[in-house]
Amino acid sequence: MKPIYHDTIVVGGGLAGLRAALELNRRNVKVALISKVYPLRSHSVAAQGGINAALGNHPRGYYDNWEKHAFDTVKGSDYLADQDAVIRMTKEALERVIELEHWGCPFDRNDEGKIAQRPFGGAGFPRTCYSTDKTGHALLHTLYEQIVKFRQIAERKELVLYNEWLVTKMVVEDGKCIGLIGLDIKSGNLSAFKTNAVIFATGGSGRIYGKTTNALINTGMGMAVPYWSGVPLKDMEFIQFHPTTLVGKNILITEGCRGEGGYLLNNKGERFLEKYKDSEKTMEVAPRDIISRNITKEIMEGGGYEDPADPTSRHVLLDLRHLGEDRIMSRLSGIREICMKFAGIDPVYEPIPVQPGQHYTMGGIDCNIESETQIKGLYVAGEAACVSVHGANRLGGNSLLETIVFGTVAGENAANYTQGTTYGSVPSPTGRRPPRCNNKDNILDDALKCENRKIESILNSNGNENPSNIREELNKLMEENVGIFRNAEALKSALNRIKQLQERYTSISLNYKERRTNLSLMWVLELKGSLDVAEAIIAGALAREESRGSQFRTDFTERNDEDFLKHTLAYFSDEGVRLDYKEVTLGRFEPKAREY
Amino acid sequence: MVQKREICFKVFRFDPDRDSKPYFQAYQVPFVRKDLTVLEGLFYIQEKLDNSLAFRSSCRSAVCGSCAMHINGGYGLACNTLVSSLKGNKITIRPLGHMNIIKDLFVDLEPFWKKYEFIKPYLISKTLPSDHERLQSHSERAKLDGLIDCILCGCCYSSCMVTLTKDEYLGPAALLWANRFYVDSRDDAKDERLAIVNVENGVWRCHTIFNCHQSCPKSLNPASCITNLKMKLI
Ligand SMILES: Cc1cc2nc3c(=O)[nH]c(=O)nc-3n(C[C@H](O)[C@H](O)[C@H](O)COP(=O)(O)OP(=O)(O)OC[C@H]3O[C@@H](n4cnc5c(N)ncnc54)[C@H](O)[C@@H]3O)c2cc1C
Ligand code: FES
Repeated sequence: MKPIYHDTIVVGGGLAGLRAALELNRRNVKVALISKVYPLRSHSVAAQGGINAALGNHPRGYYDNWEKHAFDTVKGSDYLADQDAVIRMTKEALERVIELEHWGCPFDRNDEGKIAQRPFGGAGFPRTCYSTDKTGHALLHTLYEQIVKFRQIAERKELVLYNEWLVTKMVVEDGKCIGLIGLDIKSGNLSAFKTNAVIFATGGSGRIYGKTTNALINTGMGMAVPYWSGVPLKDMEFIQFHPTTLVGKNILITEGCRGEGGYLLNNKGERFLEKYKDSEKTMEVAPRDIISRNITKEIMEGGGYEDPADPTSRHVLLDLRHLGEDRIMSRLSGIREICMKFAGIDPVYEPIPVQPGQHYTMGGIDCNIESETQIKGLYVAGEAACVSVHGANRLGGNSLLETIVFGTVAGENAANYTQGTTYGSVPSPTGRRPPRCNNKDNILDDALKCENRKIESILNSNGNENPSNIREELNKLMEENVGIFRNAEALKSALNRIKQLQERYTSISLNYKERRTNLSLMWVLELKGSLDVAEAIIAGALAREESRGSQFRTDFTERNDEDFLKHTLAYFSDEGVRLDYKEVTLGRFEPKAREY
Repeated sequence: MVQKREICFKVFRFDPDRDSKPYFQAYQVPFVRKDLTVLEGLFYIQEKLDNSLAFRSSCRSAVCGSCAMHINGGYGLACNTLVSSLKGNKITIRPLGHMNIIKDLFVDLEPFWKKYEFIKPYLISKTLPSDHERLQSHSERAKLDGLIDCILCGCCYSSCMVTLTKDEYLGPAALLWANRFYVDSRDDAKDERLAIVNVENGVWRCHTIFNCHQSCPKSLNPASCITNLKMKLI
């Protein structure tokens, strides 16, 4: 079968993917956007609190600038972020956020009518721009609106959407990405795509954990696809646990609640963060990793609440009552709705039961400051990528920023690359593409056949494993052994158990064998991604014998710059993960102890 | 010991390739946790009982619009409907209405998206400051509240009596978005926007029955948006 050809392909319809597609198309490059859900259903839609940019619109933000934003980010990262990348992000933040306003993003406003900004954890100034507590929704709609607009404007080159297609494989030849294999979820058919450049913007992998704020679709498959093709994953051991997720469903209760003045209380009604040295000064707006650890300690020391029938329900309280109904209604209306709908609690009158939960994947597909990977023609952006701007711990409001800034960077570089490789610098006079080597078609066709066989073997399997049992065990394992507090013994046992789960995966079977709209088949394919990415997380965590940012090792409680001020690279192989390391780019800010 | 209870999910099933007509299939779902949602119940069925059941989901927190369906007589989101909030010991689930079935609860939303795209859902501005944001007062911004919260789930569209009989009607969701851009102080295409909806299958088709308002899981009011646009046209 002849592959489907597009000049460039973006995989992922979240903020990073949409921004990349817009950038490509703006530069007159034809682009196809493949997403396993309608773009507006992407996980980005759930972001609540806001996006950082040192606009200095807040009265207390007068002296803020990109350099202070960069410093806060590097310090927050526990010095593992690459400083050149952080500087690029914080500088370009201003232009990108203004552009979002110009495109119609309904930001909240201050009294002067400028974009409003709120304080966020780990930031020296109020620099988080927001749209009530639904910033991700506002941003994703704004970018998707531009996609619709671009598609309607006649002069724009083509921008094609493949909605509800799951990319299962990336095809690499001679160190170059030449195409992809995608599954049309509705029909169940696989197709090969041929292209010059691919941008992966496939989001995070939170669903590897049981308690997570992430969407159900954040399985890790999006990171696994390039990983399987030889691209390393970087710093995967750094998993952010958000301190405040709603007990039961683990839906995020935004940091904005604390930014607005909410209190964290133990079972004696005390603001217990003052008992801990690393949070006594900044209290509720201390960085996430610190608060998550201190909540967990407080609970372990008996300061939490617990439903005796369910030990996983241990929690503390987040009290917003003193903010008053007006403020809660105007700035935190989404949170109020979540509490009322999912827990039957009105935060105007009752405190919210909260516990830490997995929230963000700091690590991701390894790339440089230009969003380039080790594979030519493969670019990555957003939560799926690791540039690294978040290092060992991400500051709230920086990841939406990363999607927008590096989505743009990836789009720009992929555009230049494509224009360089297809036409040279001058467009061909006929406007037609030069003939392409058919050899690639054969390679893609082989890959397609191989993927088809894989699917057939899952459907025809007469094994006895129910995939959902494997996923549940994986979730539990990651919660228990690879959570907020880690040690060698637990990690080693986790690594063994992952291998067993991978083994059991080979005897998975489904009681529905058709291909058409087989959602169970889709989840099975994704589960393989979850398992392999989990293995990279554990291997990285075990080898990193230090505590830094979000990784806390009870057997190595200090940061160790001498041995571990470096990025972990995890390579996929059939025998298991192979680890390597990479320098951190320092420069402007000297590593210091991270104190708040 | 927690008492093990079960609840019956009666689910609409249809595979147009294999079934001559739709039917309902009953499944027993354990109801142990009091915060069990309809979506979690559907996953239990798909994962533990019957891998063939097809439905959409993503955020599980009522913000992405994937899981809209008809639950016990009304449209709503499966992910924020607690089983405990429903009466009786049986839950009847159907797909969104006025849409072609791809499989079971998985419907073809293309016509819905086409209508949304038709109203030019993007800000049109003639002039822009070069290096700073446009200003907007609190009261101008407040006009967007209750409009920008739409998650395009399709509940209003499915519950509308007019979309039921008139395929070409733009429907409540698209018209809400038309109004969202119309009332934005930063938009410079007011006349064009009114012209787009001032057509036979635009605002004039709405009979102000308010089903859309009642069925909106975000408590938005598309009918009042349509009324606003009508007022501007007369
Ligand atoms: C509840 C919540 C609140 C948050 N709040 C904030 C906040 O206030 N501020 C902030 O800065 N950050 C916040 N974050 C983090 C931020 O929202 C995410 O990091 C960011 O939105 C990720 O965007 P993305 O474009 O990289 O990925 P996503 O939005 O996750 O998009 C990934 C896309 O890839 C597609 N995809 C994935 N795999 C495949 C595949 N194999 N084939 C085809 N398509 C695929 C999906 O369909 C999707 O379209 C929050 C996160 C959560 C969980
Ligand atoms: S799954 Fe997103 S709205 Fe229900």
